[in-house]
Amino acid sequence: MLIIDHERCTACKVCIRNCPFGALRIEDGLLQVNESCTLCGACVNVCRFKALGIERKQASPEELAKYKGVFVWVELDEETTPRQPRKVVLELLGKGRQLANALGEELVAVVLAGTGEVDLQVFGQHGADRVILCRHELLETYSTDGFTNVMCAVISAKKPAVVLYGATPHGRDFAPRVAARLKLGLTADCTGLEIDTDRQLVQTRPAFGGNIMASIITPYNRPQTATVRPNVFPVPEKQPAGSAVTEEFPVTLNRSAIRTRVVEKNTLVDGSEASIEDARVIVAGGRGCQKASNLDLLRTLAGQLGGTLAGSRAIVEQGWIPHTRQVGQSGTTVGPELYIAVGVSGAIQHVVGMSSSKTVIAINKDPEAGIFKTADLGVVGDALEILPILSALIEKEKQMQAASS
Amino acid sequence: MKIVVCVKQVPEVTNVQVDPATGTLIREGVKSILNPFCEYALDHAVRLKQAFDNISISAITMGPPQARDVLLRCLELGADEGILVTDRKFAGADTWATALTLAEAIRTAVPDFDLILVGKQAIDGDTAQVGPEIAEILGLAQITYGVEVTLSSSRKQVRVTQEVERGYEVVEAALPALVTCSKGEVVRRAPSFKDVLQARKKLIRTIRADAIAIPEGQLGLQGSFTQVVKVFPPPAKKTNTILQNLEVEKAAQEIFSFLKEKRFL
Repeated sequence: MLIIDHERCTACKVCIRNCPFGALRIEDGLLQVNESCTLCGACVNVCRFKALGIERKQASPEELAKYKGVFVWVELDEETTPRQPRKVVLELLGKGRQLANALGEELVAVVLAGTGEVDLQVFGQHGADRVILCRHELLETYSTDGFTNVMCAVISAKKPAVVLYGATPHGRDFAPRVAARLKLGLTADCTGLEIDTDRQLVQTRPAFGGNIMASIITPYNRPQTATVRPNVFPVPEKQPAGSAVTEEFPVTLNRSAIRTRVVEKNTLVDGSEASIEDARVIVAGGRGCQKASNLDLLRTLAGQLGGTLAGSRAIVEQGWIPHTRQVGQSGTTVGPELYIAVGVSGAIQHVVGMSSSKTVIAINKDPEAGIFKTADLGVVGDALEILPILSALIEKEKQMQAASS
Repeated sequence: MKIVVCVKQVPEVTNVQVDPATGTLIREGVKSILNPFCEYALDHAVRLKQAFDNISISAITMGPPQARDVLLRCLELGADEGILVTDRKFAGADTWATALTLAEAIRTAVPDFDLILVGKQAIDGDTAQVGPEIAEILGLAQITYGVEVTLSSSRKQVRVTQEVERGYEVVEAALPALVTCSKGEVVRRAPSFKDVLQARKKLIRTIRADAIAIPEGQLGLQGSFTQVVKVFPPPAKKTNTILQNLEVEKAAQEIFSFLKEKRFL
């Protein structure tokens, strides 16, 4: 509960203005808090009279210090042979290396794999000191129960200080189960990670659809666990000479422990179009494209730039593109070199899914469209007229380049 | 057969603006709504009720007393009863403490449930953690990102079409189980006048901290493993060039030049 020290409070109302939940008010000259209070602490931070406080429980530093090392869950791309980690794993190894250095501890890649071949060199080359390899035929493909059981066994045995997961569909599926089973704090979809002076992991994440950022710590127990948004941290440079020690971790897993069964698979992603998560160039359509057939203009442009087509939630709900191509909070977070938004209004939920793009071009008829705020180049105009001319210019340029080379 | 749908009241975040001076949310005029993903979960429950006999739907929410409004909305949309889990002691709960409280409240209020449906995430916190955490606490199989939910003819299994990154998969699990829903009907049925009237006759039960078997130290902020230390506005956007009132040829030329300059061509 929020503690209000009325002796110190001057009723200056700064806290009221800073409360994101409207939970504070002055009544009869005294500050009062109501049920909307979530104890987020925003008011405590802004009160310069130290009139506000929140009662917190205490943890024993000796107990917490027994947990050591930064562990990264290695999500393997099930389509590759030998199995390769997904790009987000390399991003996490890069960030994890910084955290491990700050703690003066080990960076460990935790690989859950089937019995087939796995590229194990890549982990040392991207900063890992050690690889914990868990092999079992039931880990060949992902299952919530299988991966939860094995990850819990690894964490219980090895006692890391930090565990990071990519905030991918699978990471977000089983990380909360691991956290709940081991009674650990878990912060979702982080976009910033730092070690503070108390050796705590400070996890920063967007909330309220990206309108606000929150920094979160896990002070009372270890490990501190987080899922981390893909395409936010850079992939570290590969060190060909880097190597990690591999340790086989014994796995006990029974088929009966896996309570879900996949009975059918429908793949929508055809080979001709790359997945949007790893795309270098994305041309994204929004409601302003008006109809599905107009997306051909975007496909053409994407083809010319070596990119791929994506879109906002609006056009996914219209059925113009499959959900696998949706950018945004409820779709995929992307971070391409170039993002061209065509007729996308730029709702904050869309913007948080593409704001780590290196370069953004936006075309929209509405000069007030939110997308222009994140664009490097914004053009107010009718994309359906502009795109054919742009594609013709690019075509001409390509022909000239071909002729001169 | 009993279906529990967990729902959350959220601010309509698409309309939330940040005060540039203070960096906090401007709440004036922002409506509270039923989280859209929770509404999808309720959709699936209602559809099952239409397709199979003898199904009852309990909508449950944890929140301040005004969260009763979303339960009323659920009753209008077809839930049979509402369960409001509310107490000052629950304030400040992170996803773990929320999941523990909800799981225990479900055990108390609907001990013989068969299926729990939840939204894949709430649009305010966007964590997508409470569903899987409830499943773990109650020891249930879980299927996430469901877009279609059906039951086997024996009604002993749930069959879910789930969104995966490359398309769809159909997954089965024995009941009891928990399913998180990422989509329902795109165009939803608005409740009729009759639905609204009927909803008023349905029961909303209230569960307080003393009714559930969790020690006080495990509730709300005290029971949370994570702690928010700072709330701040997102980093300022980069400076940019916005071109207006150009002929289409000129506009295309500008984009072309920009692409060349940035070496994308």
